[in-house]
Amino acid sequence: MSAHDVARDGARASAGEARAPLADGTAASGGEPAQAPFVQAAFRLARGGFSLDASFVLDGRGACALFGPSGAGKTTLLRCLAGLEPDARGRLVVDGETWHDDAPSRRVFRPPWMRPVGYVFQDAQLFAHLDVRGNLRFGERRVPRSDRRVRFDDVVGWFGLDALLARRVGSLSGGERQRVAIGRALLTSPRLLLMDEPLSALDVEARARILPRLAALPRHFGIPVLYVSHALSEVARLCDALVWLDAGRVRAAGGLDALLPDVGAATDDEGLSVSLHGCRVARHHPGDELSELSLDGAALFVRALDLAPGTTVELLVHARDVSVALAAGERSSILNELPARLVSVHEARGGVVLRLQTVGGRLLLARITKRSLRQLELRPGVELLARVKSVSVAGGASPELV
Amino acid sequence: MDAIDGAALLLSARLAAVTTLVLLVLGTPLAWWLARRRTLARAVVSSLVSLPLVLPPTVLGFYLLVLLGPQGTVGRLVDALGGPRLVFSFPGLVVGSCVFSLPFVVTPLRDAFAALGSRPLEAAATLRARPLDRFVSVVVPLTRPAFLTAAMLGFAHTVGEFGVVLMLGGNIPGRTRTASLAVFEAVERMDYDRAHATSLVLLGFAFCVLLAAHLLGGGPSAAPRDRGVRP
Repeated sequence: MSAHDVARDGARASAGEARAPLADGTAASGGEPAQAPFVQAAFRLARGGFSLDASFVLDGRGACALFGPSGAGKTTLLRCLAGLEPDARGRLVVDGETWHDDAPSRRVFRPPWMRPVGYVFQDAQLFAHLDVRGNLRFGERRVPRSDRRVRFDDVVGWFGLDALLARRVGSLSGGERQRVAIGRALLTSPRLLLMDEPLSALDVEARARILPRLAALPRHFGIPVLYVSHALSEVARLCDALVWLDAGRVRAAGGLDALLPDVGAATDDEGLSVSLHGCRVARHHPGDELSELSLDGAALFVRALDLAPGTTVELLVHARDVSVALAAGERSSILNELPARLVSVHEARGGVVLRLQTVGGRLLLARITKRSLRQLELRPGVELLARVKSVSVAGGASPELV
Repeated sequence: MDAIDGAALLLSARLAAVTTLVLLVLGTPLAWWLARRRTLARAVVSSLVSLPLVLPPTVLGFYLLVLLGPQGTVGRLVDALGGPRLVFSFPGLVVGSCVFSLPFVVTPLRDAFAALGSRPLEAAATLRARPLDRFVSVVVPLTRPAFLTAAMLGFAHTVGEFGVVLMLGGNIPGRTRTASLAVFEAVERMDYDRAHATSLVLLGFAFCVLLAAHLLGGGPSAAPRDRGVRP
């Protein structure tokens, strides 16, 4: 997920339509793809004091976040896609098929059970009268055999459900419940997987265990994901695109790299971070109690890892842990310095967020003060050094401070 | 043991079994409909269903006699359609019992459906289950205690009714004399042995039903009213 932001930069939402590419790096140089987007959605729904009026499009690959504060209408919009809001007005076209259209001349409403989507509820909603196997099979049994592309054994193995199959759902932990719920939805072989904050009810440890699976899910099963979240750190790890929803309206939509600085600056989220996939464990330095990782040829040091050299890990870098310097040479206790180019500067409360691009083309965010910005005379395009004070290795329970 | 009126007890059991069966078939969709968001129509129907709880059974029996009798609207209609005579007959008793025991079957089901809420149904819908499939494979298993309660209460209440069967059935030995009527009849004749024996059977039966209901955890008002159910 590197270069698509260059082409997608201008894809920021104006008033109505917003575009969120689910794919990474599809169109490298200008021009919209010729074929129609995988999902075209436009919904309006008024209920009580809340009104939803949102439209967006999705490309049918990877994971897209439906991001916004609570009460923004994320869940309602997701329910509209699944057909669980029959009162909603609007239009939904998925893969060329119209599922919902309330134009008087061509009224269409495809009921939820006829829409090939998987839906993962925030609270799992497992059936208490069935065991884990019964829950997993519930949807699969109702899908014609010829349409079943996701295999039962694959799901069970992927989510580590082997030992749970005969268990009653009442005895499952929160993390186990969500794994079963996701597996159950996947086994309907959906063309689109909708997830409504599936991790919000889990503790930190359960979340850390399930996240890597979620991150790899779209690719492994070949199913695009629309993921509701209000946690930016989760979005940064799981998604390559996002639709930013606020008070029932789409505020912006587009590639993650392009939108993350603005969203992070505006929401003042402590979790503003980027995820660096594909770091390789290069070697260990037992004397310093450090492990050396290699990222696009640059070296990064983290607290000693119990992983064999050659293993690939994912790093999480918080914007607040990144500072910038104009030149090397200054002696410092910070070990990790990555050469980078400043792409843009985004106003935030109490400072600015810098969008940096590393030599390897990766996104890095730095949160610095306005005073530093002025004193360093930073302008887009300037080459600098990103100093990373701390990184955490994703999947590990606690941050590996250096 | 020959003090027990076997024929009357058997008739009561048969009447209660048929009534319960009919009520489960008719009462389930009615309860499902009533469990949804409240509207004026539902309030009216809900009150009608509960009417037998507060109406004197003789009043109910009287109206049913008028309605179902040979000169009554329903009676004439059924007769014109070639149906059975509805007064002083077993079919008449079934109709009367169904009206009388309706709230005892509908209320527990309605409350359980309402407590279940719409979420399990939505989950089932996203898993490709159609409405009837959802009802059979999700709602019924999840509300099974309420079905047991409804069946037991409907059965027991039908066995215990007196006023309606007296008015509508006419207390014909072997045909419409149920156990509760037999007790009354025996007392009238000062045949206390017979009254004792039959009463004891009914008492033991009633107690066992309530005990079973409590042991199964689906007591008469175990299910609190919750959100409405959207099918």
